[in-house]
Amino acid sequence: MLECEFFSKKIKNPILLASGILGMTKASLETACDNGCGGVIAKSLTLEPRKGHEGPNIIETECGILNAMGYPNPGIEFGLTEFGGWKRKEALVISIVGKDAKEFGLLAKKVEDSKKELGATAIEAVISCPHTPGYGTMAGQGTPESIIEITNAIKDKSKLPLIIKLSPSIPGEGKAAKAAEDAGADGINMGNSLGPGMKIDLARKKPILGFGVGGLTGPAIKPIIVRGVYDIYKSVNIPIIATGGITNGSDAIEMIMAGASWVSVGSAVYYRGPKVFGDIAKEMETWMKENKYKKHAELVGVAHDVRDHKSDIY
Amino acid sequence: MTFGIINPIYTSKVKKIIQENYRVKTIEIDNNIPKALPGQFLMVWIPGVGERPMSIGNNFPLTISVADVGKVSKEICALKVGNKISYRGPLGKEFVIAPKTKRVLVIGGGYGIVPMYFLSKCATEDGVEAVAVVGGRNEKDIIYEKQLFAVCKEVFLTTDDGSRGKKGTVMEEVKWLVESKKFDCVYCCGPERMMEAVAKICSQHRVACQVSVERYMKCGIGVCGSCDINGKFACIDGPVMSGEQALSLADFGKAHRDASGVLHK
Repeated sequence: MLECEFFSKKIKNPILLASGILGMTKASLETACDNGCGGVIAKSLTLEPRKGHEGPNIIETECGILNAMGYPNPGIEFGLTEFGGWKRKEALVISIVGKDAKEFGLLAKKVEDSKKELGATAIEAVISCPHTPGYGTMAGQGTPESIIEITNAIKDKSKLPLIIKLSPSIPGEGKAAKAAEDAGADGINMGNSLGPGMKIDLARKKPILGFGVGGLTGPAIKPIIVRGVYDIYKSVNIPIIATGGITNGSDAIEMIMAGASWVSVGSAVYYRGPKVFGDIAKEMETWMKENKYKKHAELVGVAHDVRDHKSDIY
Repeated sequence: MTFGIINPIYTSKVKKIIQENYRVKTIEIDNNIPKALPGQFLMVWIPGVGERPMSIGNNFPLTISVADVGKVSKEICALKVGNKISYRGPLGKEFVIAPKTKRVLVIGGGYGIVPMYFLSKCATEDGVEAVAVVGGRNEKDIIYEKQLFAVCKEVFLTTDDGSRGKKGTVMEEVKWLVESKKFDCVYCCGPERMMEAVAKICSQHRVACQVSVERYMKCGIGVCGSCDINGKFACIDGPVMSGEQALSLADFGKAHRDASGVLHK
């Protein structure tokens, strides 16, 4: 009942592994698949290998997790070899991060050149990291102008479906998504960590994260993502992945009602363990049976029956 | 399902420092809560410097042993009695002593002796007889010797250069012990090639075995994927694994990943 299409690929459910969680290796992506997800978004790849920020890279808060990983990744060359040869029935998305449109273009070209051996269904371009200098929101990549430039640069080099991953920390997600759609993007991933935020240790009187600040994920940010998905659904016709705070089946249904076609799951891997993907799928099915829905596609955007909604002031 | 903070940062004071050898210091922490088990680790945080996983060497008092080998461990080694020490944990899977266990063999190579002492102590407290084999490059590398003799029925020492105990590696001692005596379980912590050899011998002789798998670790709580070993994560699926499981992982004893995820063979 959760089977659906993810661009060119039929997948068993709309639940994806979010980028940056577990997915440093092909084997760990397979671990997520074995635990029931419909697709995986690999660790974001940069042009050169990156060690990431000094630790602590992660610290829990009362209702979510703060992280400042700093994009540790083996670089595009090693990464494409690592993730390549994907033959599973779950979809593989290659995630890329560049400092500017030119770098995004170079990364897209590398993905395109190894497309056949790779087996990936789509590319995700991340322009939304809140805690890495030179990238994402710290490089001002969330503006419509920047999004158009980056989208064009990638579409110019690769024919794979392109998903633009937006930050929940920028004003006007709807406008940003529209800019991506107009420039040729094939999907939007609404969500990333929110922030940056900070946590100070009382005993040491210092910020805990090695980088000082980090992005907030988990249940705390879910309402912000629901609103972002809702705004984007009104603004574009391309499909949406919801990312942020999805921990159970009800959260996934809520995102779908707001307008998401798929959801991706990150922090919940910590709260509920790697088997969370299959568990969320079961909980979605239970809800759908109780409420007499045969396909979750029937639920996409149903929250939009409300007229005169003024949330587009954002 | 729990939200809230599952693994907070604890801050306590350094209670006692013991200089074990030319580069290893043992630090007793003035805190016994939460309870640590042998094989688990702490993520020790030095504000402004970094955070590293440290093997736990004892409980009551909570103890770590640190080798002065890097940026963060250097700062931990520079701590003085009374200084604050902060950490997350204990984290990860521990060594398990199955019910009805009567006699165990513990094998430690280098710093691997640290959790092996803690395990031997717990085993002895549970009425389980522990026999230890510990090895190092030379006599300076053998740490926790007195403590081991205090809790183990027998202790066999080996050094590569013969400066302490028998000359050679732990493997010769391990071989005859496993072949000629009955152990309910063999536990090993040390260089991965050594653990691989121990796991293989145990597998051949159908003796239960547990090893401790070390990988570059960042979050320590099963989220970031840095400590991947063939789709398992050293921080939550390990560090302790059965010898059989470890042997089923292609990288075990063969390859590891650096901080960026690049594989080195």
